[in-house]
Amino acid sequence: MKLTVNGVHLTLDHRPVLRDVSLEVPPGAVVGLVGPNGSGKSTLLRTIYRSLRPRGGVVRVDGDDIWALSARAAARRTAAVLQDGNGGPTAMRVTEMVALGRTAHHGLLGRDTAEDLRAVAEALDLCGVRDLAGREVVSLSGGERQRVLLARALAQRPGLLVLDELTNHLDIRARFELMDLIRTTGISTLAVLHDLDLAARLCDRLVALHRGEVVAAGPVLEVLTPGLLGEVFGVAASAARHADGVVRVTYAAEPLAPEPSPAVTPGPEPRPEPSPRPGPNSGPGPSPRPGPEPRPTAGPEPRPTPALEPPPEQPPEPEREPQPSVS
Amino acid sequence: MPAVLLALLVAAMTVAVSVGAVTVPLGDVWRIVGHHLTGGGPAADPVTDQIVWTFRAPRVVLAALAGAGLAVSGVVLQAVVANPLADPYVLGVSSGASLGAVLVITLTTGALGGLGVSTAAFAGATGAVALVFLLGRRAGRLAPTRLVLSGVAVGYLFLAATSYLQLRATPTELRTVMFWMLGSVAGAKWEQLPLVTCVVLTGTAALVLFGRRLNALLVGDESAAALGVDTHRLRAALLLLASLLTGTVIAVAGGIGFVGLMIPHLVRLTSGADHRRLLPRSALAGAVYLVLVDLLSRTLDRPNELPLGILTALFGAPFFLWLLRRNKSLDTV
Repeated sequence: MKLTVNGVHLTLDHRPVLRDVSLEVPPGAVVGLVGPNGSGKSTLLRTIYRSLRPRGGVVRVDGDDIWALSARAAARRTAAVLQDGNGGPTAMRVTEMVALGRTAHHGLLGRDTAEDLRAVAEALDLCGVRDLAGREVVSLSGGERQRVLLARALAQRPGLLVLDELTNHLDIRARFELMDLIRTTGISTLAVLHDLDLAARLCDRLVALHRGEVVAAGPVLEVLTPGLLGEVFGVAASAARHADGVVRVTYAAEPLAPEPSPAVTPGPEPRPEPSPRPGPNSGPGPSPRPGPEPRPTAGPEPRPTPALEPPPEQPPEPEREPQPSVS
Repeated sequence: MPAVLLALLVAAMTVAVSVGAVTVPLGDVWRIVGHHLTGGGPAADPVTDQIVWTFRAPRVVLAALAGAGLAVSGVVLQAVVANPLADPYVLGVSSGASLGAVLVITLTTGALGGLGVSTAAFAGATGAVALVFLLGRRAGRLAPTRLVLSGVAVGYLFLAATSYLQLRATPTELRTVMFWMLGSVAGAKWEQLPLVTCVVLTGTAALVLFGRRLNALLVGDESAAALGVDTHRLRAALLLLASLLTGTVIAVAGGIGFVGLMIPHLVRLTSGADHRRLLPRSALAGAVYLVLVDLLSRTLDRPNELPLGILTALFGAPFFLWLLRRNKSLDTV
């Protein structure tokens, strides 16, 4: 399903939190929402999963204004994995937690149907948590817990996934596995990510939020420019595509001086970014979803670890282009 | 499990009607109850009939209803304010009801003289809850922490008034007040039961219908919203229903403590967190518990009667401490 956020304004406690925010998640695409703490990322997500009603602007999922839909109808389209809530004062079990994903599919009188059981079973399988089904959620490790929450979202059978820091506190392997999992679902996804490297690796496109405004949106390398990284995140850094086709962000040792002025960019010169023109054998196929991304395991090809400077060897043509050309 | 609980309840109620200053054989109990319900069968001798049907049966039924109502209300409030320590009185219901009751008991000659204790208690409970709702709102929404803190504040406010009235009361009035505040079903009459039955049964049924959404509320407001629950409307509806249940029970049975705190936790240990199971089972378990406590309250210290609140706390507090030590998920809250 397609998500369109159009001109969203929001004030909390008389303080503008979102200003004229517009963005789009095309069907099947994975879009990363990046920005420093307090930039309004989580608040923006709240307007999308229908927790906060924006003061102005429209959020459309699959063409309909979500505030014109009922809470239940909206939740049948959009599922979220958030940071809050761990089952409250009760010892909720994994199956019970995943079954909560079916809440929106029932009115007051609905009993569990075969469809519910199937959705829960499929979600448990897909997220690889079937073995944990009888465990109490509080007893799980961080990675297991996030998988369970993702399973709950998938049991909702959504057309749009909203993820708030899904991979926080997870070890690196769990991060990659979770990200691969999201890729394989093929569901349109908007993900808040603090880890820019992970964002670059996972996402087809990025949207950068700064002080409640969208400051950049587009393919990964067009967003993560040294200028933006300096201005928005206050770090000297650069992003580049490496020989294995993966975009990596390289940080300088020192943060930029406070109050960074846009002129101070530490990089050598604004590199002419290779425009995301798809190579001949990597064009956006019928599916906007690229295949599984090459996993950066202990790299088979020996490459020097990238230093602050952009890596010397830029591949002339990326063998795999992770950005589908989105309209 | 619900069938077992139901059987237990029937058994407990039968025994409770049978045992007392005069013990009536179980068979006679059934015969008399059957006679009154169906109009058929042989009538028992008038004295036994009066003991069973006029005195014991209504108080046993009321004990069951009160236990069920308090347990259900406790389950709901623990989920709605997201606090394992919540009980039916967390929103100030009992302090409001106490003030109403004490006003009537101590000022019987005054302007309120015509009012029954039950009516006054219910009015007081309603007033307290209304006040807590008003104070617990923020930007038009009921915020759990704000609600709990408002409940505490309103509770102390009403307690101040209640204490002042108690100081001015005569010793006889004071005894009545104490007994009322600790809860009792000794004064149960058939006339008051239809209304209470109606409120407890329909209230419980309505809350069971909300079971699936109550489950969603357990994972936090934001996640619940993403699951398709309108958390603010749901919270308001649930609090109103739970308050109605609590207010009704306290109006007819006084401030019975601990049932609404301990029964929900006990049932959760055996039935899990799903409110669609938890609510009906808690209702039955609460009913069984209070029927047995009432039985003890009039047999332990014969011919005196003890207030229910003393016994529910006597059993409830040690249980609660045991629960705290055992339940690891409480540590994470």
